Amino acid sequence: MTTTDAPPLTSPTLRRAKRRLTTLFGLPIIPVLLLAPMVICGLFGPWIWPHDPLGISFGIRLLPPPWLEGGNWSYILGTDQFGRDLFSRLIEGARIALIVSTVSVSVAAVIGTAVGMMAGYYGGVIDMILMRIVDVKMSIPPVLLTILIGAALGGGLATILISIILVFWADYARVIRGETLALKRTGYVQLAKVANVSDRRIFLRHLLPNLAPTCIVLMTLQFGASLVIEAAITFIGLGIQPPASAWGLLVADGRTYLSTAWWIPTFAGLAIALTALGANLLGDWLRDYFDPKLKKR
Amino acid sequence: MSFDQTTIEPLLAVSDLSVEIEGREGRTVRAARGLSFSVGKGRVMGVIGESGSGKSMTALSVMRLLPRAAKVTGGRVMFQGEDLLTKSPRAMRSLRGRAIGMILQDPSVSLDPLYSVGDQIDEALRMHARMGKAERHARAVELLTSVGIPSPEDRLDQYPHEMSGGMLQRVVAAIAIALNPALLIADEPTTALDPTIQVQVLDLLAGLRDRLGISILLITHDFGVAAHICDDIMVMYAGEVVEMGPVRQIFDRPAHPYTRALMHSSGAPEGGNRLPTIDGSPPDLADLPPGCAFAQRCPMVQPRCRAEAPPRRALTPDHSAACWRSEEIPA
Repeated sequence: MTTTDAPPLTSPTLRRAKRRLTTLFGLPIIPVLLLAPMVICGLFGPWIWPHDPLGISFGIRLLPPPWLEGGNWSYILGTDQFGRDLFSRLIEGARIALIVSTVSVSVAAVIGTAVGMMAGYYGGVIDMILMRIVDVKMSIPPVLLTILIGAALGGGLATILISIILVFWADYARVIRGETLALKRTGYVQLAKVANVSDRRIFLRHLLPNLAPTCIVLMTLQFGASLVIEAAITFIGLGIQPPASAWGLLVADGRTYLSTAWWIPTFAGLAIALTALGANLLGDWLRDYFDPKLKKR
Repeated sequence: MSFDQTTIEPLLAVSDLSVEIEGREGRTVRAARGLSFSVGKGRVMGVIGESGSGKSMTALSVMRLLPRAAKVTGGRVMFQGEDLLTKSPRAMRSLRGRAIGMILQDPSVSLDPLYSVGDQIDEALRMHARMGKAERHARAVELLTSVGIPSPEDRLDQYPHEMSGGMLQRVVAAIAIALNPALLIADEPTTALDPTIQVQVLDLLAGLRDRLGISILLITHDFGVAAHICDDIMVMYAGEVVEMGPVRQIFDRPAHPYTRALMHSSGAPEGGNRLPTIDGSPPDLADLPPGCAFAQRCPMVQPRCRAEAPPRRALTPDHSAACWRSEEIPA
């Protein structure tokens, strides 16, 4: 093939320079910086938090952050209406967020990927039945679904997990089915069939590894979305119940104090927004990373 | 009616094979109509025709790998003395790969990009042969050597993206012959390669035939490719075999106007600077006209052709054609 195309606008030197600025040890700096606090706090919370996140002391109610008048450096983000340390409560919230996001996104990915692969690979009646179930799911508004589950199970961690799984799995099913349809027609899957490779082996050895990049990108993006959903469910009172701490709960509790103690909902809201942003940026980066067209340049 | 090329029993004998594809709104596409042909042991049969003439459908029905919508509605596919169409799915699975190998058009998607070449040869060996790891490794090296890949030991650890199209097609061929199949189905094996590599791959196939006594069903739309390695040729048009015979006889004396037109349109233009083409397009397979399917495009058409479909008849003991005017066709 002869290439008469104009030279690309970004030269290799420029691209290398850009990569040096945006990545560290091969990882993208900004998404990792945004996600790291949540992951570290989630994993090591009890060793990090300076105060008991549930410890009430009425003497120090609604203490502002230390850089404001009346603040105290031992409570670096201030305290809430019961005198609990906000920083510690944010760390406790990160634990909940990490558990919820990891578990719900993983389970949804496993279910959705399995459904998508079966539908795409076998086609016919199986495809029709599975995809109609996906369509039905897609036609139910997620909020309604959550309220329904909340009404049936009551509030709590289980409600959050089940809701997010039920909302997310269908996305995987759709995307993975499409990719499987394309993969199924490639020569190597056809030749594997000709060579009498079992369906099980084709699924595990040829389809799944080739689908993995798509799946990982989707999981990362949904990781961010699940944080927001978890906060939203908790905010409307169907998720984590007080006195436990969760980011959504801090926003919900704090909103009545917005005019007098803005720091209660603000820091929790920031935590949700920045972590979700980090997950989305990481997802974008991974998508480029796995794209063979953008690779090896 | 028998058109066996050899007096001994052929390896593959297809008789009266019909394939129908269920289309939308009850349209039934007749992809193959009463196909009969046979491939002798150690011979290369070329299947030639335009796109949509039923070449690939024929190969897929031999493998019993037709898409869901397509069904074999009649005929027999005798392979090594057994009818493949009545075999159980389990028996068929064990036959595929072991007794019948396959090579596809585009080598760049014929191998899984995530595994090394060695892993993929190994997978084929593991499916059927009871061999230890060391044995399989030795066999993989032997296979790569036999398809003409230099320094096979090093190549085993390479990934498909590290190899050229011609090399990849050799690897695909190595996998196809891994279990010593009696028949190799090659579906346009050279179409995606450039001309110099095409010749090498064709020579490789011819070499496999000579050394291993393998029979090859070579699907192509290119007369040049067929002439290079085929012993026999069958020309397909609109789901039918319109002409069949030894490659020399067909080249010297085509007995069907379609064969002649195909031959002239695949050669270099003579004198004029326009590539000769066949006017018109193949008939709708869901709505075939009465009479000869080629009649609308035929330069030698007569009223009889439009009314009555010509049966395939023998011109010499091993050359047959389905045309009323076979004898009058200029070379």
